[in-house]
Amino acid sequence: MSDRTGDSLPTGPALLPVAAEAPVGRPPGRFLPALRRTLLQALPTVLGILILNFILLQMVPGDVVDIISGESGGGSQESMSELRRQFGLVGSAWDRLVTHLTHLLTLDLGVSPRYNVPVTELILGRLPNTLFLVVSGLLFAIAMGVLLGTAMATWAGKLPDRVLSVLNLVLYSTPGFWIGLMLILLFSVKLGWVPANGYATIGVELTGLPWLLDRLHYAILPILTLSTFFIAVYGRLTRAAMLEVQKQDFIRTARAKGLSPTRIAFRHVLRNALMPITTVAGLHFAALFGGAAVTETVFGWPGLGRLTLEAVMTRDFNLLLGILLLSSLLVVVVNVLVDLLQLWLDPRIQAR
Amino acid sequence: MNAVSPTIAIDGAAPARRGRSPTARALAALVRDPLAMLGIGILLLTAVIAVFADVIAPGDPLDMAGIPLQWPGEDPEHWLGTDSLGRDVFSGLIHSTRASLMIGLSAAAVALAIGVVIGAVGGYFGGWIDNVLVRITELFQTVPTFLLVIVLVAINTPTLGVIQVAIGLASWPEIARLVRAEFRVLRDSDFVLAARAVGFSPAHIIIREVLPNAAAPLIVTTSILIASAILTESGLSFLGMSDPNVVSWGGMIGGNREHIGSAWFLTALPGCAIAVVVLAFNLLGDGLNDALNPRLRRREA
Repeated sequence: MSDRTGDSLPTGPALLPVAAEAPVGRPPGRFLPALRRTLLQALPTVLGILILNFILLQMVPGDVVDIISGESGGGSQESMSELRRQFGLVGSAWDRLVTHLTHLLTLDLGVSPRYNVPVTELILGRLPNTLFLVVSGLLFAIAMGVLLGTAMATWAGKLPDRVLSVLNLVLYSTPGFWIGLMLILLFSVKLGWVPANGYATIGVELTGLPWLLDRLHYAILPILTLSTFFIAVYGRLTRAAMLEVQKQDFIRTARAKGLSPTRIAFRHVLRNALMPITTVAGLHFAALFGGAAVTETVFGWPGLGRLTLEAVMTRDFNLLLGILLLSSLLVVVVNVLVDLLQLWLDPRIQAR
Repeated sequence: MNAVSPTIAIDGAAPARRGRSPTARALAALVRDPLAMLGIGILLLTAVIAVFADVIAPGDPLDMAGIPLQWPGEDPEHWLGTDSLGRDVFSGLIHSTRASLMIGLSAAAVALAIGVVIGAVGGYFGGWIDNVLVRITELFQTVPTFLLVIVLVAINTPTLGVIQVAIGLASWPEIARLVRAEFRVLRDSDFVLAARAVGFSPAHIIIREVLPNAAAPLIVTTSILIASAILTESGLSFLGMSDPNVVSWGGMIGGNREHIGSAWFLTALPGCAIAVVVLAFNLLGDGLNDALNPRLRRREA
């Protein structure tokens, strides 16, 4: 069967299914075998990420030692070669790869020469802020997108569908950061409703509900900005998936049974149409991480994206590649979780 | 095998339909689609502007042309105003079409080249080659694309060429997946078996026999790919990671965003320009999808 559906957006299984033999009969526990299988499948990807990271590091002009001695105002030939030996920068490419991998296995990503702090520490410090943004952005986008897509599919081919589809395509085509700036212009500059910059009110100790409200006050525009593009994506996807499900026999049965259209739309069509959405949502996690870099710049949000740009500006490649590495690994973890979520959502999926 | 002449089987790759050729039918369907025609119209206009940018707005758009931060209409010489460095906004908008189209088209070309090769080889041969290539594709889908582009551009110098290659390198997996899926379907079809029986080389079969039959979805995806490459480029230049000698819409937004309170047109105008061009490519992509996808056509009928 072709991977292509009626829609040209990324659809279908998130990761290419590699031919796997389905065991005969249902194993007693579905989760453990599935977990083992997904983890095994993730292993080559993780190895690939590590190697890609190493290749990129080799492409960087000059090495860490050059940067360190540059920062400290020069160093003698001897001390530099001693440092190179310490960092595992001598020997053949293979030797260096092995040293690199052993460092990575202990999550030792080196020290950022700029901040003089271990890279891992820097990244983990910023990670919660970005995760908060990415996860709420994704959830908001799914909620709005499914709503939009359901509306479009309900009136498929009629005027509301056409209008919403064009609006959806406009949203899909507009740069998110620009929408963010326009939101700032309207809600911060003109109306003064929400702050344009930062992530929490500085200088006040808040706990409980006031703390949450304060955070949300700052987060609402960044979340909205990050989600615009994905609202459009899920809108299109939901519409296509629902039209696809509507054609199937069990929907005709439900209709023949005399179920109300609303009940059919939500209980039967939408529920089945949600599967492809969870699949791509895992993949979009990677895209959202990238989008966060721009969104965080627009709103001065102290997360990984800002850190990425700071690393670029200070040419701190250790930090830069560390961010790329850790966010890639995080995407792998999320994809494993999505696989398990689908197993839970859809009992028809066997632990392959 | 003698009963069926291989040459007929090869030529009859696309099942014969009544009347005109599939291409002609698709073109006719495209012409009847007002939104697709709107997209094509915008793109033709953009291409003309890009070619004649020096005639429409003479002079270097990066030169200081007048008093900084003039609102549109304030000075008849600069009817769309000037930015914080006194550069003419109209000239900047016009000249930016070049960077956007160039990067969009060549990044898509790079992605297409890599994606088609990887997808075709994996899908046609299958086996361990396919397994390895699928793994590589997955890898590039896992790494956050935009971060990868940032890293690639940061490692090298931000020139148009580097940005094009970086965006292309980060966006080929979608093409590879699509081509692989098409090849897996087509590799066992009769016309491929016939071509194999005649003794054509795998390279010949891949390029001359299978690829043309996978063209329709590829064209649609390429159009969308160009759109997203332009969006990526705009984000990149917004962050200041673009060729400093080339004017771009994203760069115009990024360079003037501190003035959003006093001179918001400096942000609003380039953003609209990006949205219009990207929308045009997406409209074209949607139109092509409807025109080229027979399954969808049947649904409408």
